[in-house]
Amino acid sequence: MTILSVNGKSRQVTASPDTPLLYVLRDDLGLNGAKYGCGLGQCGACTVQLDRMAVFSCVTPLAAVGTRAVRTVEGLGSAEAMSPLQRAFAEEQAAQCGYCIAGMLMRAQALLDANPSPSDAQIRQHMQPNLCRCGTHIRILRAIRRAAGPLA
Amino acid sequence: MFQSPPPVLRRRTIKRLIPLLGGATGLALALTWRPAIAPIQPPPANSFSPTIVARGAALAQIADCMVCHTAPNGRPFAGGRPLKTPFGTLYSTNITPDPATGIGHWSFAAFERAMRQGVSRTGAHLYPALPYEHFTHVSDQDLGALYAFLMSRRPVAAIAPANRLIFPLGFRPMLAGWNLLFLHQGPLTIDPSESAEWNRGAYLAEGLGHCAACHSPRNLLGGEERSHLYAGGVAEGWRAPALDQSNPAKQRWTPEALYTFLRTGISPDHSAAAGPMGPVVESLSHAPDADVRAIATYIASKMAERASSSPSVPPTNKPYGARQAYPIGATLFAGACAGCHDTGAPMAGQGRPLLSLASDLSDTDPTSAIQAVLRGIEPPVADRGPNMPPFSDNLTDEQVAATLAYARARFTNQPPWPHLDRMVAKARKESQP
Repeated sequence: MTILSVNGKSRQVTASPDTPLLYVLRDDLGLNGAKYGCGLGQCGACTVQLDRMAVFSCVTPLAAVGTRAVRTVEGLGSAEAMSPLQRAFAEEQAAQCGYCIAGMLMRAQALLDANPSPSDAQIRQHMQPNLCRCGTHIRILRAIRRAAGPLA
Repeated sequence: MFQSPPPVLRRRTIKRLIPLLGGATGLALALTWRPAIAPIQPPPANSFSPTIVARGAALAQIADCMVCHTAPNGRPFAGGRPLKTPFGTLYSTNITPDPATGIGHWSFAAFERAMRQGVSRTGAHLYPALPYEHFTHVSDQDLGALYAFLMSRRPVAAIAPANRLIFPLGFRPMLAGWNLLFLHQGPLTIDPSESAEWNRGAYLAEGLGHCAACHSPRNLLGGEERSHLYAGGVAEGWRAPALDQSNPAKQRWTPEALYTFLRTGISPDHSAAAGPMGPVVESLSHAPDADVRAIATYIASKMAERASSSPSVPPTNKPYGARQAYPIGATLFAGACAGCHDTGAPMAGQGRPLLSLASDLSDTDPTSAIQAVLRGIEPPVADRGPNMPPFSDNLTDEQVAATLAYARARFTNQPPWPHLDRMVAKARKESQP
């Protein structure tokens, strides 16, 4: 039995401690926002936050989480009550198929939490690990820019 | 009771000492003083023969000039890349032919003096982060080709940030003392008992390639320890493994394996180039084939004393014993690493080596294994090859240590690394920007 803090709530899971966090979130907790892309830490579709840092949940064993706070896209907002970043993604129509978007949001939010007004170069650098196969990277960057506000 | 000397005597002594002290300082400064070399009008790019420029381009790949002399996302050769040293942070200089901010006003004589003696055109001493104690061995002809190559680049106006060095190292004349101790000028001697290829490799590796600059330990003054050349060193927080007989994988480093590694960043018998070695192999992937082979032949000979036929022992893999010794490490490995590094993982099917062949895991020093986990490995050549994600935010220091202790027990026959927790904390600190 492992106790996890997910989106501010304490959750109990019975999964084996070597299970990647991604499977625990999706299969045990029903949080299907984070996606399985490659399972090898190469694409970023599974990105969630651990203590506000963006991590690939597919290569993060349950045993590694400990008391650190897990935050998923479900913790950002909902379709009815979107977070500012989610709203910016919708307004920029940053999703095509949308498979990568939950991961993109969680990585981008980690940047904005640490640095509310990043430069374009900082946004690009930070988002580098996450891939979008549809090729909407430019819209994704624009959405993050929009959420961060215009450059000072 | 303490009795002070009569004031008159004291004053007289001091008075007598002043000219002496002044004289000694003056003499020391005079000995370190180097004249400025007169500025020239930047030579037009087309004044150099294209053949010589092309040769210079190839030599610049072997010397890896661009890696240090280019800022992150900066213009090539325009400088500004920070270089963290135990003595503070240095910023590389602009070596494009821009007259105001680069080397546009440098004659060949000025360039040659900088490369061989570490003295700038203005007469200021350069810091040995520019490995002139290696470049000093480069032939006139090759220096001429490098000069032609650099002077025919597009000029870029860029001023490097000021160095941030610990006191009193900002005072450059002190470097004359360093040169006295560590700069050994002159050409390398040819070893007639070795092949022409070996001698070519020695010339390239000891000169422009400056392999020993990272792969040797340095003393307290930052000089290479000449009695331990190639015994392994430090580069940007990573361990530069030993290239002598203490190399943990010396049996497998044949000239052919080393050539493949230097050319592609990975060898089927070894792990991938990681950390600062990535840009080195990226550069060498563009260098002339024969030169890379020569370097491989020379460096492999330093590790030699291997059996004439390559040993075909099965790779070490002891999952059960390792799990018993490190149960937490085994669990973390299963969830974080096994997807790529377990037997039968997709990566193994692509001809990627098993961890039992990774030198970093067998090394006496865990630093590079730790850094590979914390910072990951970027594909070194043309965005192909290994791309290991960084685990610095996934795993705590204790978890990294537990995972590596398990991996070492499972994939090598080496004893456990001592103080692994502390080493992880230190490496993490050094990997912070």
